[in-house]
Amino acid sequence: MCIDCGCSAGDAKIVGHSHDHDHAHSHDHHHENRLSPVHAHAPNINPARIVKIEQDILGKNNQYAQVNRDYFHLHKIFTLNLVSSPGSGKTSLLTKTIELLKAELSISVIEGDQQTSNDAERIRATGVKAVQINTGKGCHLDAHGIGHAIETLAPEDNSLLFIENVGNLVCPSAFDLGEAHKVVILSVTEGEDKPLKYPDMFAAADIMLLNKIDLLPHVDFDVAQCIEYARRVNPRIKVLQVSARTGEGLAVWLQWLKASHSVALIG
Amino acid sequence: MHEMSLCEGILDVLQQQAKQQQFVRVKTVWLEIGKLSSVEPDALRFGFDVVMQGSLAESATLEIIEVDGQAWCFACQQQIIIEHRYDGCPLCGAYQLQINDGEQMRIKELEVA
Repeated sequence: MCIDCGCSAGDAKIVGHSHDHDHAHSHDHHHENRLSPVHAHAPNINPARIVKIEQDILGKNNQYAQVNRDYFHLHKIFTLNLVSSPGSGKTSLLTKTIELLKAELSISVIEGDQQTSNDAERIRATGVKAVQINTGKGCHLDAHGIGHAIETLAPEDNSLLFIENVGNLVCPSAFDLGEAHKVVILSVTEGEDKPLKYPDMFAAADIMLLNKIDLLPHVDFDVAQCIEYARRVNPRIKVLQVSARTGEGLAVWLQWLKASHSVALIG
Repeated sequence: MHEMSLCEGILDVLQQQAKQQQFVRVKTVWLEIGKLSSVEPDALRFGFDVVMQGSLAESATLEIIEVDGQAWCFACQQQIIIEHRYDGCPLCGAYQLQINDGEQMRIKELEVA
């Protein structure tokens, strides 16, 4: 049971680098601005009556996301939510990015997976801070879990925070975590029509990283067609072609990260 | 299967509203679900029955009002209806569309006692 926000822990579990625990600790950012009391009429109990609600089903998640966003803004933490299907090379791309950037920027990572701390361990091997959220039966990270993970992780002010979401191109699209941008990673070993098959995610993302481009000579993947499909569902999506393995294209990605981080510092 | 999480979100709202608006049972829940939202109505119905068990909304009826996806076509300069996010304009085929309705997932009203 969470002391401040009253959450029951459910299946999600945050696994920190120094201690493993269900979230049962207090924290200094509050989660109190919940759903607004729309009507607070005096009791007028009828056997049956109609009550107007007009509330977003994701309203609660969105409020937690706003708390996170305010926190990131206050501490000038530039946060990206990395989403993809399993096996797109998200973690490899992330570890490579960290290796190339850690001398210049303070970086930390929240890892989401259904089970295991394997990914957080891979991240920590690069020398940066990471916490693992195991979602248990859940198929996505939510803003409330991220709020707790931030307490455990304590990212530095003026830093870069990566949230690696659960490998799933469906559910994470609906859940705002308070990030600056969703970044969708698609690898060329997948189908080029994934943007059409999973349009919600490609519509929610601001950037698409097309990964494993070193494998293009060996696979039937039409890059131009893929980009055209992505732009059908999101005409504004920015596309970068990269290979985490060979490093091809990473310079542009790093340049974008550094420039965006600088903009976040301005506030 | 994030529809289960959505149903848990619905239950939270019902419990909170029960306190504020003084009711103990929910008999019907009306949701407004856009056709372009990432919700599958059948999965939502299944999750709803499971999540509401043992709650103030056990055996409540779920009514889903589906809302058409609408967009502004920059090429045609007019409002159009689309079935899917990846659809082009039904009039001119262009994909430069600004979606402006059909993404909602809202609890609209309740019948309570």
